[in-house]
Amino acid sequence: MNKYVERLYNGIIKENPTLILLLGMCPTLAVSTRAMNGIGMGLSTTAVLILSNVVISLLRKLIPDSVRLPAYIVIVASLVTVTELVIEAFLPGLYKSLGIYIPLIVVNCIILGRAEAYANKHSVGLSLFDGLGMGLGFTAALTLAGLVREFLGNGSVFGFRVLPEAIEPMGIFVQPPGAFLVIALFIAVMNAIGIKTRQRQLVESDGCDMGCAGCAMAKDCAKAKGGEEK
Amino acid sequence: MKEMILLIVGGALINNVVLNQFLGICSFLGVSRDIKASASLGGAVIFVITIASAVASLLYTYVLAPFGLDYMKTIVFILIIAALVQIVEMFLKKKSPAIYESLGIFLPLITTNCAVLGVALTNVQNDYDFLQSVLSGFGTALGFTLAIVLLASIRSRLNEKDIPAPLRGAPIVLIAAALMSIAFMGFSGLSF
Repeated sequence: MNKYVERLYNGIIKENPTLILLLGMCPTLAVSTRAMNGIGMGLSTTAVLILSNVVISLLRKLIPDSVRLPAYIVIVASLVTVTELVIEAFLPGLYKSLGIYIPLIVVNCIILGRAEAYANKHSVGLSLFDGLGMGLGFTAALTLAGLVREFLGNGSVFGFRVLPEAIEPMGIFVQPPGAFLVIALFIAVMNAIGIKTRQRQLVESDGCDMGCAGCAMAKDCAKAKGGEEK
Repeated sequence: MKEMILLIVGGALINNVVLNQFLGICSFLGVSRDIKASASLGGAVIFVITIASAVASLLYTYVLAPFGLDYMKTIVFILIIAALVQIVEMFLKKKSPAIYESLGIFLPLITTNCAVLGVALTNVQNDYDFLQSVLSGFGTALGFTLAIVLLASIRSRLNEKDIPAPLRGAPIVLIAAALMSIAFMGFSGLSF
């Protein structure tokens, strides 16, 4: 397989950041109330991810190793600010419905995680496709969660009512508890049909727990675990 | 006085940062295996969020807003938080090694905790003044601590239960969080 296509496949299916790596849970839970919100959030994150991967890959020989994390954070924060201003100018409706979660793309584990795990070691072209694949994988997962929650909780798909009026939708699914439930069921179904999430591999290897393990702070996380045993 | 109490209660219970706004999910799920560890993390989070919202509020009111630089707030806030965590860590290490021992390992984790940045940005969005920012920061952090200690207690019970295989690990923790979230929805009746 062409290595660029392989990057896309890796990001969307094999190492899907949300469903397999369990990264970026905050935005996944928060904005998946509507399928459209999922697409909007996913594509905004994809834009930041592609740009940050490209910039970091271009600068990978210039940034000293000891200050690389602060440098990455500044790069990502600048790109997020640019994206935020563009969305505010051209898509005010989306800007309003995503609200504070747009600036919070800065602290999305997926972006720093890809910078640290991929972009600072690989060429610009490959990093671009890695960002695109990971971004699309994130978008797909968010949209899927949004579709399920919107259908169950609101009786509609992409804003169009599909359930007959006589059936009362289960409002709890567009409320905060629904987010936890839907994602829990997604992971449970994947466990049941034998797709291994990274969290399961980690349980077997007694590594860090889910969530923060893939991000730049994994080492501190492991230290925190070590501290517990004392 | 009533407003102040409302800000704290609102931050801690009504708009719980984890269960209602989904901020800080990473550490909420990651560190909640053990009650003691989650209480320590909670302590560190209260410490950092309260200080960070104070500093962010001062910087925004006296530096960013007067110079028309408010679009820079995301970059400035994330740098302040990262620097602040470093300073707090160094200060504690020197001045009170006992607290450092119990919180130290959790401090670096807080930089990437989106609750800290989230609170700073929400305060600016709501036009809170200095005192209001500090109080809402404190309330939010209190809510985080409450949620994570509760989840850790539930998880220590879950460890002894026979859970169906596909639900083991992340799914059962998320379901527990969903039930807690339903319980916390009851607090929305508290808003006056």
